[in-house]
Amino acid sequence: MDGRVDPGGGVTTLSGMPSLLDRHELLGLGVADEREARLQLRAQIGRLEAELAELFAEAFGHTEVPHAVAAGSAAPRVLDLGELEAVRDDLADRVAEAREALVERRRVEDGNRELVERMLAAPRDYKWVRVSRQDLGLHGCGHWHSRPRLGPIGMLMGWWRVKISSGCPLPGRLAAVDR
Amino acid sequence: MGADPASRHVGWVPAPRQGWVAPHIASEFPGLGIAWVEVDAKPGRSPEPVRRRLRDLSDRTYGSQAIRLRERPIPWAYRVFFRQIGLDPDRTRTPVEQLTLDRLHDGGFVSHGLPRDALDIAIVETGVALRAFDAEQVEGRLCIRDSAPGESLAGAPGEMAKGTLVIADERRPLGLLFGPLAEDVGIERSSRRIAVAAVQVKGVPQIAVEEALWMAGSTLEAA
Repeated sequence: MDGRVDPGGGVTTLSGMPSLLDRHELLGLGVADEREARLQLRAQIGRLEAELAELFAEAFGHTEVPHAVAAGSAAPRVLDLGELEAVRDDLADRVAEAREALVERRRVEDGNRELVERMLAAPRDYKWVRVSRQDLGLHGCGHWHSRPRLGPIGMLMGWWRVKISSGCPLPGRLAAVDR
Repeated sequence: MGADPASRHVGWVPAPRQGWVAPHIASEFPGLGIAWVEVDAKPGRSPEPVRRRLRDLSDRTYGSQAIRLRERPIPWAYRVFFRQIGLDPDRTRTPVEQLTLDRLHDGGFVSHGLPRDALDIAIVETGVALRAFDAEQVEGRLCIRDSAPGESLAGAPGEMAKGTLVIADERRPLGLLFGPLAEDVGIERSSRRIAVAAVQVKGVPQIAVEEALWMAGSTLEAA
């Protein structure tokens, strides 16, 4: 032990201790630089905002995701540490809630997808059940509908099938409804 | 600095002049800046080429783009900055988001005459936040700073809360940063020289700011 940090041996000498303590202080155990902390919080707000924007866009049209974060101030100003923390925490909550809403939505869509598969395999077991493309998270119009062949005769005979609708109504047909 | 920036021209438009940011604000918000150009122009009905450009922009702007807007780097940068200064960007909209929402609501970008149409075109094309002032009312360089105790905006009731972020000239605050302007610095029928200012935040490239100012300035000059 020569009073210096041993570079290769991994042994911390007594003279190495003060520098270790200094480093810990800089890392926040001691005097924290408030401005540096605010910069860190602003960077975190930026990352969370990007994440929330991505989740918002992904969920749009499929499910509602909570994305509102109350304003910290009525007029633009430099927020203090506590206010920045509040914005950061609110954003983090919204991101977590949005993720949860999306996971829940996917679970429902997966369930509906399985339901359609079961309906196609055994239409008779799912009489009159109707699942739309939206229920599966798909765009456009259309649905899967379990209904009897030949109307009442099919009902009596137990001839059931899944009818897949032909998509969105044509503009001409919509115009005819208006007339 | 070299030659006086006001004497250099990019095409028809003077090169942007760089404003300043109060040092303690700049240390809190690295990347915050303000630049502006001044052009001789008077307010009025937009000429047909400007209105046609608005129509072309309307045709290029869809609902799906509005949803994805906040994921694009420049609109995202303004949203983040709004959060950082205590504004809720879903209530106090960033300029580009407000215009995009208006386009969806109105079915197109509606012409409001000059200089607003020129600014709208530049904001939608670049995403950069722009403001217009009556240049005759602006003294010296523009800056971003916090308000001093007792300061108020001309025409606005009461004093501003201490520390409110404002755009100011060398004499007084001209308006809140991303908020209302003092009543005598806005564009009036009598205005003959217009200052178009761009507020740059962290994440907005300098080239985008210059493009926005050039676009707005050249549209005003050509009209």
